[in-house]
Amino acid sequence: MNLLTRRQALLSSAAGLLSACGGGSGTPSLRNVSYDPTREFYQEFNKAFLAKWGKPVEIEQSHGGSGKQARSVIDGLEADVVTLALAYDIDAIAKKGRLLPTNWQQRLPNNSCPYTSSIVMVVRQGNPKKIKDWDDLVKPGVQVITPNPKTSGGARWNYLAAWAYALKQSANDESKATDFIGALFRNVPVLDSGARGSTTSFVQRKLGDVLLCWENEAYLAKREFAAEALEIVIPSMSIKAEPPVAVVDVMVDSRGTRDIAQAYLEYLYSDPGQTLAAKHYFRPVKGQTSTLPEMQLATVQEVAGGWTAAQEKHFDDNGVFDRIYKPGSPAS
Amino acid sequence: MMKKALLIGFTVLFLGVFLVIPLGAVLAEAFRKGAGAYFAALQDREALSAIGLTLLCTAIAVPASVIFGVAAAWAVARFRFPGKSLLVTFIDLPFAVSPVVAGLVLVLLFGMQGALGPLMIKSGIRVVFAIPGIILATIFVSFPFVARELIPLMQEQGDEEEQAAMLLGASGWQIFWRVTVPKIRWGILYGVILCSARAMGEFGAVSVVSGHIRGKTNTVPLHVEILYNEYNFVAAFAVASLLVLVALGTLAAKSALEWKVRNEH
Repeated sequence: MNLLTRRQALLSSAAGLLSACGGGSGTPSLRNVSYDPTREFYQEFNKAFLAKWGKPVEIEQSHGGSGKQARSVIDGLEADVVTLALAYDIDAIAKKGRLLPTNWQQRLPNNSCPYTSSIVMVVRQGNPKKIKDWDDLVKPGVQVITPNPKTSGGARWNYLAAWAYALKQSANDESKATDFIGALFRNVPVLDSGARGSTTSFVQRKLGDVLLCWENEAYLAKREFAAEALEIVIPSMSIKAEPPVAVVDVMVDSRGTRDIAQAYLEYLYSDPGQTLAAKHYFRPVKGQTSTLPEMQLATVQEVAGGWTAAQEKHFDDNGVFDRIYKPGSPAS
Repeated sequence: MMKKALLIGFTVLFLGVFLVIPLGAVLAEAFRKGAGAYFAALQDREALSAIGLTLLCTAIAVPASVIFGVAAAWAVARFRFPGKSLLVTFIDLPFAVSPVVAGLVLVLLFGMQGALGPLMIKSGIRVVFAIPGIILATIFVSFPFVARELIPLMQEQGDEEEQAAMLLGASGWQIFWRVTVPKIRWGILYGVILCSARAMGEFGAVSVVSGHIRGKTNTVPLHVEILYNEYNFVAAFAVASLLVLVALGTLAAKSALEWKVRNEH
């Protein structure tokens, strides 16, 4: 390592400290606070956007479980744009943090979702436990890996996908659906805080027989770990996962970044943006056709009456999830 | 004889399983794709920024620990005052409290929903999710080390030399620099070594207040986690090997110091 670059890094940290204290100026920056499985997509998208934008600007990324990221923004993490896993988390920033208007979802096309995704299952080479559909996940002796719905957006989509299936099987009998979800979570040996943590638990640490995860995360893992010969199982039905994006008004107005933040999100809907989304295994919302297989998908509106109702009923304290999931209860 | 062999064998086995094998695994993984990939990972812009931030935090936390430690040990060893044992207990607090809680306290104080946060953010001062918060968290988890070393040392040494110096007409500062500091310098150094190791390796408290902004608010341990989560295992272990080097350096410095102190007596 070159001594000069090391010194420059130190100096830039010191400068960062000063500017953090005094609000100094330098290259303008745009900060995107995002959820877990979008890392690779935004890495490439940011390069494309910078080339298009032309002016010098630094794009800063922060990734983590969607609920945790929303909490950080509410607590003061500066974010010009949020690109999270589900609308409820941005609603929370609007309601608890008062950082953007509550009608934010109407401000960009397609309910502010520039790409959609779904929930699929990932199994090990040869599918040793013969997992074909949701029913197989509640069988004794099958271990399911999913993150914690309290902190992870992907986990809440996983949960709702299972719920949608259970409701359909039981002809909308909620108590039977609750039993089904309870049986499923009794087969979960560990809850990571974010989707990426679950993937590494399943692939690297070899925990569990089946991983429930974002469709894009599944294809990415299959590509990254080609040697593992992971297989993707597409269940008979799943949920249409809609990860939304929004400009954080209070932040961009105080930092003077509204123009670039708006342009950044609009670029997600452009042809190059949609092509990149498709390349990273998201389902584009316009123009492009996806190469991903057709799936039968329910929406959160159909299965739970929207995110606010879903959150309140299932994931808030003393909701369905708290009643069915007892940490430390013997996994049968 | 049998017992001795058994005890030694057990200790060596334990150290092998819990220390040598994991450390070896880190290095093996770091060099899996050769030295080129190893050094490329260390020269990455974000890795350099993480190293810079970790050094900056350590450079602030260690002097803070020394100044606080000397002052606290002086007060505890030389004076009687009400609440002294309570004070000593409080110094131990960072060892007893989980680092995550320490981070959350900072968020509760300086966050947007916190007690001081809104006012400070309005006046342009950001603490949490920015570098000041990371420095505060580092200071919190590492400040007791020097004090913990010095308090028993100074209590044991007593203050006869200082009293003699005073009778001979030395001023307060002269006594401090010429009598006290030479008496406690090895204790300070020992505390500094432990304090730096902790400051560089801290994960939990820093993770809560960092916001994980790449190239901005990631320290070395946080950068390792990010690389690992991005399936970039070689780079993750390459950067982790820096922490291993710090650990080995700490051990070496500690042993050298203990050897030196023993030979002085």
